[in-house]
Amino acid sequence: MYNSQPDKEIVISIHGLYKSFDECPVLQGINMEVYKSENVIVLGPSGSGKSVLIKLIAGLLKPEAGSVKVMGKEVGKLDKRELMGLRTKIGFSFQGSALYDSMTVYENMEFALVRQFKNMHGGEVRKTIREMLEAIGLGNAKNKMPSELSGGQKKRIGIARTLILRPEIMLYDEPTAGLDPVTSGGINDLINEVQIKNKTTSIIITHDLTCAKKTGDRLFIMHNGKFIKEGSFDEVFASKDERIKPFYDYNFTQ
Amino acid sequence: MNDWQCFFLIPIVGLHYRAKDKLTSKRYSVESNINQPEKYFITKGIDTFFIEVYNIAKFTGLFFKDLFTPPVEPREIINQCYEIGYRSLALISVTGFIIGAVFTKQSRPSLANFGATSWLPSLVGIAIIKALAPLVTALICAGKVGSGIGAELGSMRVSEQIDAIEMSGTDPFKYLVVTRVMATTFMIPVLVFYMALIAMMGSFVNVSINEHTSFTTFINAALGDINFMDYASCIVRAMVYGLTIGIISCYKGFNTAGGTEGVGKAANASVVLPMFLIFIEEVFIVQIFNWLKHV
Repeated sequence: MYNSQPDKEIVISIHGLYKSFDECPVLQGINMEVYKSENVIVLGPSGSGKSVLIKLIAGLLKPEAGSVKVMGKEVGKLDKRELMGLRTKIGFSFQGSALYDSMTVYENMEFALVRQFKNMHGGEVRKTIREMLEAIGLGNAKNKMPSELSGGQKKRIGIARTLILRPEIMLYDEPTAGLDPVTSGGINDLINEVQIKNKTTSIIITHDLTCAKKTGDRLFIMHNGKFIKEGSFDEVFASKDERIKPFYDYNFTQ
Repeated sequence: MNDWQCFFLIPIVGLHYRAKDKLTSKRYSVESNINQPEKYFITKGIDTFFIEVYNIAKFTGLFFKDLFTPPVEPREIINQCYEIGYRSLALISVTGFIIGAVFTKQSRPSLANFGATSWLPSLVGIAIIKALAPLVTALICAGKVGSGIGAELGSMRVSEQIDAIEMSGTDPFKYLVVTRVMATTFMIPVLVFYMALIAMMGSFVNVSINEHTSFTTFINAALGDINFMDYASCIVRAMVYGLTIGIISCYKGFNTAGGTEGVGKAANASVVLPMFLIFIEEVFIVQIFNWLKHV
């Protein structure tokens, strides 16, 4: 595929992507390139297909037509074993956190860690989890059940559970949705810290323009299953397009 | 190809592709879905029934394939055996004791008319081992265990926990389905024999109130007419019922869609469908073992 920024390595490459559910078309010809170590924001109204897009990148859904290449591998054509191998390099922060209800916070963090790093011994696992929980300010929550946590705490643990595996690609599904401004600010900082420290490539699905402005290197605006605008935050919102303007007006001018 | 072959083959091949399509959520082309009314080979209900049968058969095939491929999840298997087996003991104990005591009490007057109350232990032994213990245990477990698995996996599906397991590089089918189906298949036979023992004790309480019989004499009389094939039939039935409960409840939970309403439907179907299938299987397995006895 054509690389519009030849000096940068393409990590995710999407071309002509279509997806529908039963009678309802969701994605209608998506083209996108994501480069190494950049934060890409996908912004769009509810139901425009943003979450479906990152689930297709993660291989949780199968594309109907088109190509999704992650680190050079065509996701839709990988077998079960290859897909599981690729997923060890991808982190996914779910909208509802998706913490395992039947496990404590510690067990939630431990679950994937001991499976992916089989040579890690018990002491090292405990130390890694403790350090990660302390880094997100929840060092005292390790024995709590997910039902005992607030929305913001769940969100931070959901992200930490993924980051502890040091993924090369992070997919965030509405990381600040439903959170207060202080917690949202903390999560924005965490996303930027991950990008700087680990050189992680991220796609962030959001409605929150503060999050988009603080974390995003490039923005894609999605409308009815298609990208209608791409560029930096200022470039995108310099547009007078009636499909884009309401996002800015709601977040900044009211 | 004859007309009658066309009549049967075309709908079967068509249903195969529709089922495959539904199972993978994959469509062949974008254009083919848009603005096209749903077409059915027979009727919506009959099509859905055959698609469901196809999907459950495929789910079962996947279970047996994954059963013999590494990695195994020993910790989760033990955990599920504890949840399914140990946590059902209280319910099985109470129902087993009542069944034994009530069955003996109800049978006594009929045998007393012929002066044959000494046959009570033998009658109870045959009734419990050959019929009541496997069937009643399976029905109780379909209610308790089936609904639990259906609701748990269903809520994990709608809250994206199954997707999270998948994203952590772990196969959720192996971790959630294979472990639970193994646990139901091996723990229900254990519960069946436990229920048989408790029902015998319930029966013995009734017998000992009316006659002076020791527990050893009672057990010897009760098990005297039970042969190897009866025990084999009991174990095979219990394992088949366990497999049915595990497969159906995992299938319903694992494929839940439609939020909390979907979870409710999955939990309900995880009880009703196994119960129905257990009765169908009972008829066939009893026939097969009766035939084997006479070979």
